[in-house]
Amino acid sequence: MGHSLKRKEDARFIQGKGHYVDDIQLPGMLHMDIVRSPYAYAKIKSINAEEALKIPGVIAVVTGKDLEKYNLHWMPTLMSDTQMVLPTDTVMYQAQEVAAVIATDRYAARDGKEAVMVEYEPMKPVIDPYKSLDPDAPVLRTDKEGKKDNHIWHWEVGDKEATEKLFNEAEVVVKEQMHIPRIHVSSIETCGCVADYDKINNHLTMYMTTQAPHAIRTVIALVAGHVGLTEEKVRVVSPDIGGGFGGKVPVYPGYVIAIAVSFLVGKPVKWVEDRSENLQADSFARDYHITAEMAGTKDGKILGTRFKILADHGYTDAAANPSKFPTGMFSIGTGSYDYQTTFMEADAVYTNKPPGGVAYRCSFRVTEAVHAIERITDRFALEIGKDPAQLRMENFIKKEDFPWKSPTGWEYDSGDYHAGLKKAMEVVGYDELRKEQAEKRKRGELMGIGISTFTEIVGAGPSKDFDILGIKMFDSAEIRVHPTGKAIARFGTKSQGQGHETTYAQIIAEELGIPAEHIQVEEGDTDTAPYGLGTYASRSTPTAGAAAAVAARKLRDKARKIAAYLLEVSEDDLEWEPGKFFVKGAPEKSKTIQEIVFAAYTNHPQGMEAGFEATHYYDPPNLTFPSGAYICVVDVDKDTGEIKVRRFVAIDDCGNIINPMIVQGQVHGGLTQGIAPAMYEELVYDEDGNILNGTFMDYLVPTAVESPSWETGHTVTPSPHHPIGAKGVGESPTVGAPPAIANAIVDALAPYGITHLDIPITPYKVWKALREKGAN
Amino acid sequence: MKKQITISVNGEKHTLEVEPRELLVHVIREKLRLTGTHIGCDTTSCGACTVLLNGKSIKSCTVLAIQADGKEVSTVEGLATAEGLHPLQEGFKENHGLHCGFCTPGMLMRAVELLEHNDNPTEEEIRWGIAGNLCRCTGYNNIVKAIQYASAKMRGEETPSTEPEFV
Repeated sequence: MGHSLKRKEDARFIQGKGHYVDDIQLPGMLHMDIVRSPYAYAKIKSINAEEALKIPGVIAVVTGKDLEKYNLHWMPTLMSDTQMVLPTDTVMYQAQEVAAVIATDRYAARDGKEAVMVEYEPMKPVIDPYKSLDPDAPVLRTDKEGKKDNHIWHWEVGDKEATEKLFNEAEVVVKEQMHIPRIHVSSIETCGCVADYDKINNHLTMYMTTQAPHAIRTVIALVAGHVGLTEEKVRVVSPDIGGGFGGKVPVYPGYVIAIAVSFLVGKPVKWVEDRSENLQADSFARDYHITAEMAGTKDGKILGTRFKILADHGYTDAAANPSKFPTGMFSIGTGSYDYQTTFMEADAVYTNKPPGGVAYRCSFRVTEAVHAIERITDRFALEIGKDPAQLRMENFIKKEDFPWKSPTGWEYDSGDYHAGLKKAMEVVGYDELRKEQAEKRKRGELMGIGISTFTEIVGAGPSKDFDILGIKMFDSAEIRVHPTGKAIARFGTKSQGQGHETTYAQIIAEELGIPAEHIQVEEGDTDTAPYGLGTYASRSTPTAGAAAAVAARKLRDKARKIAAYLLEVSEDDLEWEPGKFFVKGAPEKSKTIQEIVFAAYTNHPQGMEAGFEATHYYDPPNLTFPSGAYICVVDVDKDTGEIKVRRFVAIDDCGNIINPMIVQGQVHGGLTQGIAPAMYEELVYDEDGNILNGTFMDYLVPTAVESPSWETGHTVTPSPHHPIGAKGVGESPTVGAPPAIANAIVDALAPYGITHLDIPITPYKVWKALREKGAN
Repeated sequence: MKKQITISVNGEKHTLEVEPRELLVHVIREKLRLTGTHIGCDTTSCGACTVLLNGKSIKSCTVLAIQADGKEVSTVEGLATAEGLHPLQEGFKENHGLHCGFCTPGMLMRAVELLEHNDNPTEEEIRWGIAGNLCRCTGYNNIVKAIQYASAKMRGEETPSTEPEFV
């Protein structure tokens, strides 16, 4: 624990020996490519595959009508909505899958895709989510019986009446309308699979880019059990994954089509989407329109908040949230502040855009919530003329008030928000920067300082509230120690770059005294790993990491029994130090863990079960609540609107730290995925539903040039309920960074009376806002 | 209409029949089965497919295999030698310059050429030098450190500390 062990997994990655889905090449393997809709909303009049089938190498063109024969043209989404696998009559968004071309090589498949002739009858799409609720808006989901509008669900939490009363009577009320734009995770590896159905043994091996292999196996069995693919006949293998960030949680139509085709022809079928398909059709993230309000006193006491959300889910609700939480963990949006009055409500709507609502390196909509609370807190500070750091310090929940009950029902486990912000202010030199800013303002130069002091909510989750499609959100670890004292440990999670092979080995090493280099960690094969819900929402350390610690402790208990037997003393006479048990008062009488394990196979006490292995399914008693204090400094060019991020200091508190190098690496990466939506990324659609930036040429993933040199640090407030006091960290920076950047830019523009700009804040937006406020 | 080409990959000569439109990256990955070179986009933007062609870093998704006829290709698989890892490989491992590993081979090959032209690049030169290679995981800080580490090592100087600056 606390040691920056170099990563075990790196040896293969730096030598080109990683093993990703597209690296799989099986004998007789066919290739699949997908014909996609050029229209956002259209009737399909006909699909003509005649020319495509003439192309050498093309062996089949699969349509919705073909799948309909097996009732495989529809599938459930993770939010219990429904989604077309392939359409039989109507397309609902641009780039929707229309037909699949199967060929003997990828070039022939692509030729076939170009040759399939589809005749469409375009219809006027619904693109604006506000207009989708107009009484005269066309009802999009006519497939859903009795559906009379485009409304999906309403959600609310808090005390509506008390909040209304508070807002009516408060001295100060501030309000901003915010759009948290539609963005895309864009892991550098796109999604794909090789579906390998063995007809003789009626067995499917599904190699796929999935963050949750076990859940996928169950979903496959639920969807295709009726054609014989019951769960014991399905093996899902998730090999190395080239980044996930939430985009590899859902089931995409391409996976289902590949399985169906492999099942029908008895040959392996590979489908790997290209980047444009990935950007244009795979699950988006966010797209929340939020009206955020804060009420308080003139001297800066926060009294309450109110948030009203319109959620654009596109064609279907294919979000990836725990079942009972349609807005994910948005209710963390009361933030790090000590007040008890809030009301939050959300309405979700259908539009003719791709479905989704997955996280983007974020624990279920926490980024949206944190943006709303941190922006409106700054707005409040601006309104009353108080320094935003001072305002936060005065309103933070105090360290001694944890565990703290939030007005939306969460019990924050631990935190020390004052310490975090104090440290961030010291590192960045806050007071000096404010002086510099005041001088620059006198000269008419624009410099801004932005703060974000966020509370995250991760580690889903306790089984009483958390499930996905009914499966409780525990996670698991299985440790087998071999006779010579070396171990293999398997998990229900699946790393996509987080370094599990190293971190989990370190946890077991700490608990069991076996060196981390002697512990092999394996994930991603449902035939061998224990069942778990996978890796997303920063849940691996809080759940599977906890399972590893508990399983190791079970083994330590067994080791104590064996040591007592070998040393001929009672268990109570033994003391543990990492790596061995020794007799109290006689440290020369000891047995190392390796000697004990060897005895478990060669000389175990009569009546005791032989062997040395343990499994644990960990059901967390609560979520964990990491926090952070981020400060961003920007310089803005008044003439061009250009924004330069001069400094960015991130102080994170993720509880006890297992590997500082990996934690810091996660923070760096998360910060770059924080600046991305703050300044660069947004999926833009025109009024006809055409995507305007559906390739990497115009969807601006930050390079090393746009990404600042991050300054990072930490405070440590252990989680009181987690076995090793850890909280999870992969997503905190993605969640916390955007409002720090937005607050800094708005702070720079404050002399012009600008109070809010929607992210991504581009030079053009800044230039335009300044011109509107009279700058020239 | 297939065409015969001869390319030398990591010092080994291969004579192959390829279609004129076949991309170099597909030949490397699927015919030669050197799968360390990856494909991350379709617009020459991400750099995951970067290899060296006659010593110059190129994006192999935008080069036809026939354009490489008679030329030398170097991929990530050829970086390490019998003596051990290339200093850049060591730099990436020691400085946590990779998470998922998908962009890493392209990043490494780009950095090889970068250091050949400039044996002691500044942070800014490194950032601009790898601007054609996208990484979604690391936030680039540690990639910069990894390249600085390798550049020191290749100059025969003491390598900078690999301890994280995590205050």
